[in-house]
Amino acid sequence: MSFPDVKIRTRNVNVHYGDNHALQNVTLDVRSNAVTAFIGPSGCGKSTFLRCLNRMNDVIAGCRVDGEILIDDRNIYDSNLDPVELRAQVGMVFQKPNPFPKSIYDNVAYGPRIHGLTSSRAELDEVVEMSLRRAGLWDEVKDRQTAVASGLSGGQQQRLCIARAIAVNPNVLLMDEPCSALDPIATAIIEELIDELRASYTIIIVTHSMQQAARISQQTAYFHMGHLVEYDATDTIFTRPKEKQTEAYISGKIG
Amino acid sequence: MSHIVSSFDEDFAGLNQTIARLGGLAEAQLNEVTDLLEARKLDGLRELIARDKELDALEEQLNEQAISLIARRAPMAQDLRRVLVAIKVASALERVGDYAKNIAKRAQIIIPAQINGAPMASLIRMSHMVQQMLHQVMDAYMDMDEKLALDVYQRDVEVDQLHTSLFHSLIELLHEAGERSAAASHLLFVAKNIERVGDFATNIAEQIYFLVHGRLPSDDRQKADHSSDVGA
Repeated sequence: MSFPDVKIRTRNVNVHYGDNHALQNVTLDVRSNAVTAFIGPSGCGKSTFLRCLNRMNDVIAGCRVDGEILIDDRNIYDSNLDPVELRAQVGMVFQKPNPFPKSIYDNVAYGPRIHGLTSSRAELDEVVEMSLRRAGLWDEVKDRQTAVASGLSGGQQQRLCIARAIAVNPNVLLMDEPCSALDPIATAIIEELIDELRASYTIIIVTHSMQQAARISQQTAYFHMGHLVEYDATDTIFTRPKEKQTEAYISGKIG
Repeated sequence: MSHIVSSFDEDFAGLNQTIARLGGLAEAQLNEVTDLLEARKLDGLRELIARDKELDALEEQLNEQAISLIARRAPMAQDLRRVLVAIKVASALERVGDYAKNIAKRAQIIIPAQINGAPMASLIRMSHMVQQMLHQVMDAYMDMDEKLALDVYQRDVEVDQLHTSLFHSLIELLHEAGERSAAASHLLFVAKNIERVGDFATNIAEQIYFLVHGRLPSDDRQKADHSSDVGA
């Protein structure tokens, strides 16, 4: 698919874990300020690909990434690019909410502090408040910011992780099954939040829920055994996919 | 290809069973009312009219099955189209039943009026054509055979041509009908009803194509129902 407003451009991306060729020749463009869903069975390479986008795979021994990944036309595997800076620009939210064993405030303030983004306590307070507001959590926690984050519900913890990711002012958010540990209400709140956040961020979400991908994304990519099988408008993927493999997967068919 | 969750396939089989019963009943109603009209038999019309309720009940049953399937299975892609098409086909078949019932009501007036001759023969012939289309389109539905469906889709033009010419002869009949003009008028509606059944068979054919391809067939077929222009 080609878009007028491409945020991330990937060309012939291959990933090897030792002898395992986990991702093969993936070429796709990710649209700016939209939600793109990666779907496919376990082991299809969707999470591997997601982790390439902020170089999370760098820390895995034996992992090799080839090909080109450009964010805002800058090659993120360039040798003089600082991965720490990249991960501030490309935030990540994981399957299981993983707040630090700190207060709610300190969780959100953590990133701005280590990146030196604020020069005063007042400014930091402002960033924390703004991040919690954007994550839809402010009203629920504003009077107990010093309480430990682990006391929050699962859904609140996940929104806290989103607040923590956006506190360092990223422009891309990667989400790896962010709702799979949440109940339907907490899931709906996160989905609503994702829909609001796309005005400010480019969002890529890996999900095992077909319904979730159908509900919240504008583009969907279907991966199978390390290949990108089909990439199209979400509406097309879930109503008239072009590939038989895609149709079988989304309809839950085999044989 | 079958679903990993086998009860999903069973749900679809259930939809198909209901459609098959609906289709069978709608066909039987049209066939029987045509036979009664041809044989000029009043016996059986009343029962035929009463039997329409079964079609209504079956359509309602299909809607319930479809709602339940959507709610519980959240079907995607062709599965979703199968549910949508089943709802539309059921609705079309229920309408076919309504037309058959309406013909039966009018037959109660037409038969005693002893209208014979060419128009009656054409009417019966048109009904046989439509019955065949309906039968074939239901076979196409059950086998998801869009080629067979397209054949029905193309054949509607013959029904339209016959209807237009029949319409002309019925107008002539009306001129000479005298005291039988009421019965002759009813015959006009019977002809229209049969022509409409042909349209519904064609609609079902279109839906089968949509089911298979995800889009409607291109609408370039010939149309020949000019009865609305008569007298203009």
